[in-house]
Amino acid sequence: MTMLRPELRTIADWISAGSRILDLGCGDGTLLAHLRDSRQVSGYGLEIDQNKIVQAIARGVNVIQTDLDAGLTEFESNSFDYVVMSQTLQAVHYPDRLLEEMLRVGREGIITFPNFGHWSCRLQLLAGHMPVTPSLPNTWYNTPNIHLCTLRDFEALCTEKAFHILERTVVDRAHRTSLPMRLLPNLMGEVALYRFRRR
Amino acid sequence: MPDTLPADSVGLIKPQQLAFDIPLELDCGRSLPGFELVYETYGELNTDASNAILICHALSGDHHAAGYHSMEDRKPGWWESCIGPGKPIDTNHFFVVSANNLGGCKGSTGPMSINPAKNKPYGPDFPIVTVKDWVRSQARLADALGIDQWAAVIGGSLGGMQAMQWAIDFPQRLRHCVVIAAAPKLSAQNIGFNEVARQAIMSDPEFHQGHYYEHNVIPRRGLMLARMLGHITYLSDESMRSKFGRDLREGKLNFGFDVDFQVESYLRYQGQSFVEKFDANTYLLMTKALDYFDPAADYDNDLAQALSRAQAQFMVVSFTSDWRFAPKRSKEIVKALLDSQKNVSYAEIEAHHGHDAFLIPIPDYLEVFSTYMNRLKAGA
Repeated sequence: MTMLRPELRTIADWISAGSRILDLGCGDGTLLAHLRDSRQVSGYGLEIDQNKIVQAIARGVNVIQTDLDAGLTEFESNSFDYVVMSQTLQAVHYPDRLLEEMLRVGREGIITFPNFGHWSCRLQLLAGHMPVTPSLPNTWYNTPNIHLCTLRDFEALCTEKAFHILERTVVDRAHRTSLPMRLLPNLMGEVALYRFRRR
Repeated sequence: MPDTLPADSVGLIKPQQLAFDIPLELDCGRSLPGFELVYETYGELNTDASNAILICHALSGDHHAAGYHSMEDRKPGWWESCIGPGKPIDTNHFFVVSANNLGGCKGSTGPMSINPAKNKPYGPDFPIVTVKDWVRSQARLADALGIDQWAAVIGGSLGGMQAMQWAIDFPQRLRHCVVIAAAPKLSAQNIGFNEVARQAIMSDPEFHQGHYYEHNVIPRRGLMLARMLGHITYLSDESMRSKFGRDLREGKLNFGFDVDFQVESYLRYQGQSFVEKFDANTYLLMTKALDYFDPAADYDNDLAQALSRAQAQFMVVSFTSDWRFAPKRSKEIVKALLDSQKNVSYAEIEAHHGHDAFLIPIPDYLEVFSTYMNRLKAGA
């Protein structure tokens, strides 16, 4: 069985056996292959990068070449139990619309993104620079990350859209959590994971 | 042809022929009392007959998909890029079958064959055959070869449509279905092009309502025009631009209506050489089979419902510059497969070659194709 990066392990734990999932930006298909092998989960991955598509095909995963910015129009409403999007929200053109699309086609959404409210980002902004951190390693002019947000921003959007947050996990890059992260998640957390649904 | 055959070619191939004497009922309501299919095979069938792959050909294709017929051949089969040892359809592993479709002009029963009822060639009396008819005839071939279930049925363009029809009509008889540069049915524009091609042929004074064999002529000009038109639709604006631009054949304008530009010369050459090797009545039949293809029609015009019968896993491939069967047409197929919860992967290959891309060894294409086919080898 493939080794999962810690973040995917948490996501996998949130997904019940035998369910149907759609993985937005599925990369090389690791998560889908793991869920298929360990809990009889079926579904599809969407990916735009040809090299990753080849890797996903090699894993025996169903992968559909798609530009997420074009929306999820090819999917019928309520056709999945979970729609997962890992480390991709910040790179799409219309994150708000895509979140709505996730909950149109799926019963629940699972999302992870780098927390722009982390203290190291704030310090660099205070010093007058766009943050460059281990979880956001690109400079402002060549980053794919065009819609960064903080935990508070994301939760505000969920309130506005009437999304109900079922679970939240805040971790560092090594996917550990700590007391400070639990007490001050928006300041101390590097990566945020949410499971949410429509109210 | 070089003195030695390339190592990644299936080499010298001898076409084979099988006759079927049980009548074949056709969609048009008529039936063929019997028929023959000419076909080629590459690779070895394994003992449990589980490694067989059926290749379906496109409009002007035939059974000669790979290898050479003689050391004098200038060109190998039409899908040499994808069939052979170590290629995506790896003949070291698979047993590949490629037949000339019914209605063809390369040896399978078609308009040039003798109509037993009249003791002369069928000509225009050959019944209109459909993709479904072809699939039925190919199933007979599978029976005769002892193949209960194909590891995969694979085709590009009209060949992809046959692969799709296989998955719908004989769900238990294929494990994988690879549909390349195809569409779920033709658009008005597609049919329009086909109609112009047919009119070119039928308005040729030497067509004689299709009875031109009896007059010892062929509707040369009409068939040539049809092919020239078709050829433009197989290329992209970009590929024609890069291949010919506005290059002049003689380096100057001639202020006449003969060839000035290289592209004119190329299209005339393509048209003329096609006339030597293809039959006009077959061309008419093939374009009609394309026009009539609509597997959803039998299922309330719902392609998802049609494909819900399928049990195969699907790989769908399109090419960015293909405007004859554009990527959005392949996406219609993918959507229907998603709606019916089938196993499907889809790749849209960046390519400037237009519809012809499916015949061309484009590295990204070969990589996706090989990777998928390797899954079959592993027994997925």
